[in-house]
Amino acid sequence: MKKVKLIKPGISRRSALKAVGAIGGTAMVSSTIPGWYLQASTSEPIKIGFQVHRTGIGAAYGRWYERTSIAAVERINSEGGIMGRQVELVAEDDGTDPKRGAEVVEKLTVQHGCDVVFGTLFSHVVIGSSPRAGELKMPYFVVSEGHHVASGMLNRYTLQPCITDVKSQVEAMAPFVSGNLGKKVTMIFPDFAFGHDHRDYFSAAMEKNGGQILEKIAIPPTETSFSKYFPKIPRDTEVLYHVMVGPAVLTFVKELGEFFGGQGPTLFGFIDSLEAVDMTSPGLEFLDGSYFWEGMPRYSQGDTLPFDQAYRDAVGCDENGASVTDSRDVSTYAHMFGCWETLFLLREAMTMADYKSDQASRVRLIETVESMSEIPASEEHPQGPKIFNGKTHQVFGQQYITKVENGRLNLAHATSIEDTFYPDEVDYTSQSF
Amino acid sequence: MEFGPYLIIALFEGALTSAVIALTAVGLSVVFGLMRVVNVAHGEFFMLGAVFTWFITWNLGLNPTVGFITALLLVPLAVGSLATLADRLILNRLDYDPERTIVATIGLLYLIQQSTLMSYGPDARPVEPPFNHRIALPWIELGESGWQIYWPWGFGITTYKLAVILAAIVLLWILLRLLARTKYGLLIRATQQDSEMALAFGIPVSRVYAIVFGIGGGLAALGAVLIVPIRQAHYLMGGEPLLLSFIVVIVGGLGSIPGTILAAILIGMSDGLISVFFSPTLAKIVATLLVVFVLIFRPNGLFGKNQQ
Repeated sequence: MKKVKLIKPGISRRSALKAVGAIGGTAMVSSTIPGWYLQASTSEPIKIGFQVHRTGIGAAYGRWYERTSIAAVERINSEGGIMGRQVELVAEDDGTDPKRGAEVVEKLTVQHGCDVVFGTLFSHVVIGSSPRAGELKMPYFVVSEGHHVASGMLNRYTLQPCITDVKSQVEAMAPFVSGNLGKKVTMIFPDFAFGHDHRDYFSAAMEKNGGQILEKIAIPPTETSFSKYFPKIPRDTEVLYHVMVGPAVLTFVKELGEFFGGQGPTLFGFIDSLEAVDMTSPGLEFLDGSYFWEGMPRYSQGDTLPFDQAYRDAVGCDENGASVTDSRDVSTYAHMFGCWETLFLLREAMTMADYKSDQASRVRLIETVESMSEIPASEEHPQGPKIFNGKTHQVFGQQYITKVENGRLNLAHATSIEDTFYPDEVDYTSQSF
Repeated sequence: MEFGPYLIIALFEGALTSAVIALTAVGLSVVFGLMRVVNVAHGEFFMLGAVFTWFITWNLGLNPTVGFITALLLVPLAVGSLATLADRLILNRLDYDPERTIVATIGLLYLIQQSTLMSYGPDARPVEPPFNHRIALPWIELGESGWQIYWPWGFGITTYKLAVILAAIVLLWILLRLLARTKYGLLIRATQQDSEMALAFGIPVSRVYAIVFGIGGGLAALGAVLIVPIRQAHYLMGGEPLLLSFIVVIVGGLGSIPGTILAAILIGMSDGLISVFFSPTLAKIVATLLVVFVLIFRPNGLFGKNQQ
């Protein structure tokens, strides 16, 4: 277009002809292929921005989220990519820090020109990053568990299609806890958004199931010593509900053991308290007989999860959920399946939406994911079948309760998907793009 | 109702905190007292102590006790040598100028922290304690139906934590004796009182500086070796001991070792008590407030000598 403006009176005949020729040439090309953009987009890789907690308090999760994502992308590329385009994972460390998280979303969008951003886990980072993704109109697929997506706190560009949220998890746990373990519960949780979801929704769910919360003990996620919190646990506690995150989780569980010496109340924990920690670490013997929630069982459960073994092999985990190359390098197995499943869901959704790397395609991509509902269990979705709610941008799925027996987590109970349902709190589809 | 067991746990946790802060802060205090250098990288020497301990116990494949004892002997030496090297390469060349050394040690902080992140990685790694037994004492209380025994809600402590408290007491006593009764202590005290005069009397002041900076780093590392089987080695763990050491050193009086030890006990115990009875966040607030009041009413600290 600019070249047309350059043709003004006084210009030489030769240059005028050249300019006209150039315009004609462009027109001819664009009549066969609509624009250079598409021409580039069909051959260039699809760039998936990966916001990863390589450092900071989420580093152990980040390491395994990255390994899982790389394995999934390798699989997708070996199967022909997405609509013939190879997938490129562009990873950026956010230091598990909300402020840095927003900057990473921006960097992935503006500097790297990614097609979508995905992979964030820690809830405070998601809450810090999502508004920026919305402003940049960048589809943001989180793998976070927090209730912030389904609560309506975020925006239309943020979706959580492959990992369930805390509210649905605890709603499904409460009947088991009150029915099998005890009615009087004391809760210990990290003092930030994720922990507050546990505090609010589990206590509500317990009360609905005839239980009672005696005490709620909040611990800062950067805390390094825990014994001083335990005297606050009331003596008539029947069940101690614990969920902890951060680099000091092993210390937390050990000191819990030192405090009670394996006596005390029945323990029900979220595996977050022990993600990436070897169950056979010295000092954890007291956990034998206690129960854990797991998003996906760390230890192989035979044929109970039919697609588990193939996934386990692909991400490089042995039957104990540790790295095949180093048995001391334990994975974050209960969470990281979310990365694997999200990437395969993106492949499906991008194909359905005929994704072209432009803004209209991004809108189409979100609308396509919103239209999804049943996600059957498969090699792409090894954790189990799920039902996605397009209005709340949140997926629902089975939850697993495992029991520690001889230092191994064995499946004790699996909930149904229906156990995890709760009424919608938001309809993101009514928001404009 | 449950005041008794609370109090015992609070005192015990407080004593543990005091012991570790005392060792770490004394290192900072010695360095400041002698060299007038505010070592912002002190917390990183602590962190290095923990990381090196992990390295020795994990990689040498020794049994926990042998590995730990090896670490206890080698790690403070290694970190102390690094600190001495830092003194020779950096602080000495800045002529120990107070402002420039602060900036230089901030640089050192990032250098150590980021090198650890790049080599050791971002994970928290555990070190197995050489011994660890739980001592659970029942708590007996007069209830509505006569005397009742509460167990395990009495209090549980571990032998290792007790050993850390004892070890810190012994080590501090040795340090005080060294400073007060030996020739080397005399050299250090002479340099501290008047470095020019000490030089005139033939004391190798620059060597004393290097050694003292090494001792400071080594003491931080020693605190870390003792605590790492309880907490874990992590590249960001230097922040809290640095903050607590500064609080303790300011409250106790910059450069005064007895003041530092007393302040460590004060801060550690109040941290334990306030954490257990109220909240750990309040404990940090109170400690920081204490610093403010000390700075307002006794600018040289509780035991600091008037320097003017």
